[in-house]
Order: sequence, then structure tokens, then C-alpha cells
Amino acid sequence: MFNRLIDRRMGIFLFGLFVLTVAVPVGNLAMSGQPVPSYAVALMAKYLCYALLAVSLDLVWGFAGILSLGHGAFFALGGYAMGMHLMREIGPRGVYGDPLLPDFMVFLNYDALPWFWLGFDNFLFAVLMVVLVPGLLAFVFGWLAFRSRVTGVYLSIITQAMTYALMLTFFRNELGLGGNNGLTDFKDVLGFNLQTDSTRAGLFVIAATALTAGLLISRFITTSKLGKVLVGVRDAESRTRFIGYRVEGFKLFVFVISAMMAGVAGAIYTPVVGIINPGEFSPANSIEIVIWVALGGRGTLVGAAIGAIIVALAKTLLTGWIPEIWLFALGGMFVLVTLFLPHGVLGAVENTLNKFRPKKETTV
Amino acid sequence: MTSQLYLSGVSCSFDGFKAINNLSMVIQKGELHAVIGPNGAGKTTMMDIITGKTRPDEGEVFWNETVDLTKIDEAGSAQLGIGRKFQKPTVFETLTVEDNIAIALKADRGVLATLFDRQTKKQAKKITELLELVRLNDDRARMAADLSHGQKQWLEIGMLLAQDPELLLVDEPAAGMTDAETMRTADLLKSIAGERSVVVVEHDMEFVRALNCKVTVLHQGSVLAEGTLDHVSAMPEVIEVYLGR
Ligand SMILES: Nc1ncnc2c1ncn2[C@@H]1O[C@H](COP(=O)(O)OP(=O)(O)OP(=O)(O)O)[C@@H](O)[C@H]1O
Ligand SMILES: [Mg+2]
Repeated sequence: MFNRLIDRRMGIFLFGLFVLTVAVPVGNLAMSGQPVPSYAVALMAKYLCYALLAVSLDLVWGFAGILSLGHGAFFALGGYAMGMHLMREIGPRGVYGDPLLPDFMVFLNYDALPWFWLGFDNFLFAVLMVVLVPGLLAFVFGWLAFRSRVTGVYLSIITQAMTYALMLTFFRNELGLGGNNGLTDFKDVLGFNLQTDSTRAGLFVIAATALTAGLLISRFITTSKLGKVLVGVRDAESRTRFIGYRVEGFKLFVFVISAMMAGVAGAIYTPVVGIINPGEFSPANSIEIVIWVALGGRGTLVGAAIGAIIVALAKTLLTGWIPEIWLFALGGMFVLVTLFLPHGVLGAVENTLNKFRPKKETTV
Repeated sequence: MTSQLYLSGVSCSFDGFKAINNLSMVIQKGELHAVIGPNGAGKTTMMDIITGKTRPDEGEVFWNETVDLTKIDEAGSAQLGIGRKFQKPTVFETLTVEDNIAIALKADRGVLATLFDRQTKKQAKKITELLELVRLNDDRARMAADLSHGQKQWLEIGMLLAQDPELLLVDEPAAGMTDAETMRTADLLKSIAGERSVVVVEHDMEFVRALNCKVTVLHQGSVLAEGTLDHVSAMPEVIEVYLGR
């Protein structure tokens, strides 16, 4: 099982990630002079959430050929589910001091908690919702789309429409989820103050662990016989049907797993950045995820994670430096990679390394 | 003896054009049966109807005299035991030759069963046997995309046999093959028949002659003639259809 899940590239990546998981908290909390500044810890945790989101998209796009342009929606739903718990954990410490209602509800003259907020005071319930809500949306959406054999560009367009519709819905104040301000001003999670370095370091470790788990689960799926069937669906869908596989069920399975993974990424993202708002549903966000995966190397899992980290890092550096050019830089990166690195950054690096290596079998 | 496949009065039209017109045909168990006919005669459409890809407008299609094939989908027909080779060879290009056979191998087709499947020794042996039969054992680790056209045809036949079907529908298997390969394909199909039923669509008359079996001539969506190849090719209406196009 170990050999099946951990090939060379996965081994190297997970080892690097593990070293970071240990080094970052130690460098931030336990060393004099704080070689790892606190803002960097939060930033890196955010990158790892994006990396997990990228892996979830690669699972459906890279291996089953389902190009979702709406994966940001699953991420945002996971984020909102966690955000609702964090809001309830504020309790009476809000600006208005209402024992039950979050500030924005007091402001909007709510007299009771809407029914769908019930239960979110319980952390485990919230965690369950983090996977169930995106999973359920993916299930309903996928069931309708795959059963009607919607594929290719048409599927991409309706996933994009899905996230757009959700964005508009979440912008509305009447929905009871904070309107365009979203959910914010969180105080703590499970009693740990979100403003402290140790909580931030803890979130970083959780993000790294979730990314590791996401990679291993994805790898388990893609190296199984089901993974091969998915590649079959990607290559020749009707052939797969005539062999006797009900393709819609297989697509639905990975789509739901992938959506849940994206939801987990969003749930960790919310306490890390301290806010979740409807902007996360914006179509542009979902398209950016596709760019991460393409840039890192579609169908490689590890490449998707690396792509997300590279782009997010570039975004941080560039927007701090000359914000106006960020979108051009992103578009430019995408074009250059598509033209010159058909297998993404990871593919290019591996090809270069293989040239210097005595001939040995390579893992695919 | 019960029939393997029974078509009666089947019609199917696309935008008013009758691709299949009151077609009736019976395939016996274990029979090798060739279907010929000019381009557009409806041969491929007939296979689409049998495998649930296309629904007929009217008529009956029965499997083993009991199962109504007009009510099932492609995956359902495969699970019943119908294997189909496409006119255009279709294999999984980015899987290895071996994996192409492995996922076609008869097994539980459920999602979870497939996820947790682990290949048994028996299955591994079966895969090697099939690869040897279609002469691709030396290429088993190659990507299917790298095979020649003829080799892809053979791989697809291998995948078909891996499903362990009762009936094989083989659409133009000899296209793109050398003469020697064509004759080997004919021999292979003949050796398969008996144990399984085989329906072959082909334009190559040398190939059909080599099959040495019952022939049905299709024209404009219905049966024009039936019998041995010598018998049908001597019939004036068949000659006219073939020369008149
Ligand atoms: N899905 C479809 N929509 C519209 N017309 C179709 C469709 N499928 C088949 N046809 C038409 O039905 C007729 C029969 O086609 P079919 O492919 O069955 O012929 P064929 O006998 O297999 O010919 P060939 O020897 O060229 O393969 C053709 O005129 C074709 O254009
Ligand atoms: Mg045809």
C-alpha cells in the first residue's frame, strides 16, 4: 500500500511538507528572534488551503476530464460552514453583546436565530456540515448533469453558472449569512484565541495535515482500478460504457469526494484569514484554480499543489509591489505555461532532472 | 434451441430519414454471422439499437428470448453479456495495454467494488493469456496510444474477450490491417464462435469469404438477402445494390 501511494514525486513533496510542518511552528514559537514571522505563518497556512483546493480540482479535471469552473463554490461553502461556527463561538462578546445573535443579525433587527444556524454552536456538527453541504450540492448537481450526459464545455459553463448564482444569493442580506460583508470578527476556535501565534501555528499544522490527507486520498483513488476507469472515461467515455461501467456513477463519486475536499480547504481557510465573504464564490476565483492546476501540472496531484503555492506566492509578492499588473501577470503565466510547459512546472522539472539521471524506470 | 438475439420489425429514423426500416433478424446461440451492405445501409445503427445506444421507434429486440433490449442502456447491455467493437477502433489511449485489458476484465462493475478491487493471481494470468492471444504481450507496458492501427483493433478485440461476452458485435475489424493480419483476425473470430455468438460487419469480401458463415445483406435499413456468400453474391438484386452505388 505504501509503495502504491507514495511514488518518488509524492515522497519528495510530502517529506518537504513534513519538514515545514515542524520547522515553521518551531521557528515561529520556540526560537529567539522569531526567524519565521507570524504573518508568514498565516500566509503559508493560506497557501496550503489553496493547495488542497487545487488537488481537489485536479482529482476531477486531471483524472476524470471533468473541468469544473465552479470549484470555488465548494470551497466557499466549507468556509461558510466553519464561519457560522466561529460566529456562534463569539457568543455575547460581540459589539452589541447579544448572547445569541451575531452582530450583523442584531444590526438587521433579527429577533431569533434562523433555523439553519441551529446546531452550528456545536463544533462537530459544523465539521460535519463542512463536508456534507458541499458534498450534497455536488451530488445533486452532478446527478442531474452526469445523468443527462452533459460533458465538456457545457458542463464547465454550468458549473460556472452555479458558482455565479451562489455568489448572487450570498450577497443578499435576507439570506441571513451576513450579505456582502460575509462572516468575520471571529474571536476563537475551540477556545483558542485566533489572534495568538500558537493558534496560528496550530492552524498551519492542521492545513498541512489536511493537504497530506487530501493528497493520499486522491492518490488512493487514482491508483485504484476506479482511477483507471476514470482515465478511461476521460479518454473514451462511450468505450467505458460499452465495457459495462455506469459512467455517471463513477463521475459522481469523484465529483462528490472532490467537493468535500474543497469544503475542508475552505473550512481551514476561514479561521486562517479571519473572514469568509461572497467574493469567494466569484467565477474568477474558480477560474484561477484551473490556472493553478494547469500551471503546476494537470493530472499529477503534487503538481496541482505546487501550482497553487507558486501562483499564491507570486500574487502576494506582486500585489504588494505593483498591484495593477497582477491580473496581467497571472494571464501571462498561464499563456506561457500552456505554450512552453505542456506538462506544467512539475513536468518540466521532472523532465530536466531525468536528463541528468542514469536511465531508470520513471513512475507515471 | 433459444435464439441469442431476436429482432423483429425494427424501425428507426433520424430526422425523418429511415436508417432502419422494418428489420428482422435472428442470431442463434454460438452462430458466426456476417452482415454486409453498402455504406449507410444501417449496419452500425443496428448495433447501436442492440446495445441500447439508440432506441428504435418500433419493433422488438430480445436477448435470450427474455430480456427486452430496447429498455436497457449501453452499460446494461455489456453487463448482460454483449461485447461491442466500434467501427473506429477505440481504446484507452493514455492507459497501458495491460490496463486496457485489466479494466475490461469481467468483474463487479459497481463504484465501490471497483475502488477497492485488488487484482487476483487468476486475473493476472487471464490478462497475460488474452495479451498472448492478441499478440500484444510484448507491448503490455506501452501506452495504447503508441500502438499501430491494426494493433489497436486487436487490443479492442482483446478487451472484448476480457469481458467474457456471450455475443460479440464486431464492426469492421479488418479496417487498417494488412492481409496477413486480416486472415488472422478471421481465424480468431472463427475460433471464438461456437462458444460465443459472433456478428461481424465487414466490407472486405475476402475477409467475409474467409469467415465461411451465413451472410445477411442489408440495404436501406432492411434485409435484402440472406444465405451463403456465394448464394447472395449471385443474386441480381444484391449485384445491383453493389454495382449501382
Ligand atoms: N445519430 C444519427 N443521426 C442522424 N443520422 C444518422 C445517425 N446515425 C446514423 N445515421 C444515418 O443512418 C444511416 C445508416 O448509418 P450507419 O452508420 O448505420 O451505416 P453503416 O451501414 O454502418 O455504413 P458504413 O458501412 O459506412 O459504416 C446513414 O445514412 C447515417 O447517416
Ligand atoms: Mg458502420
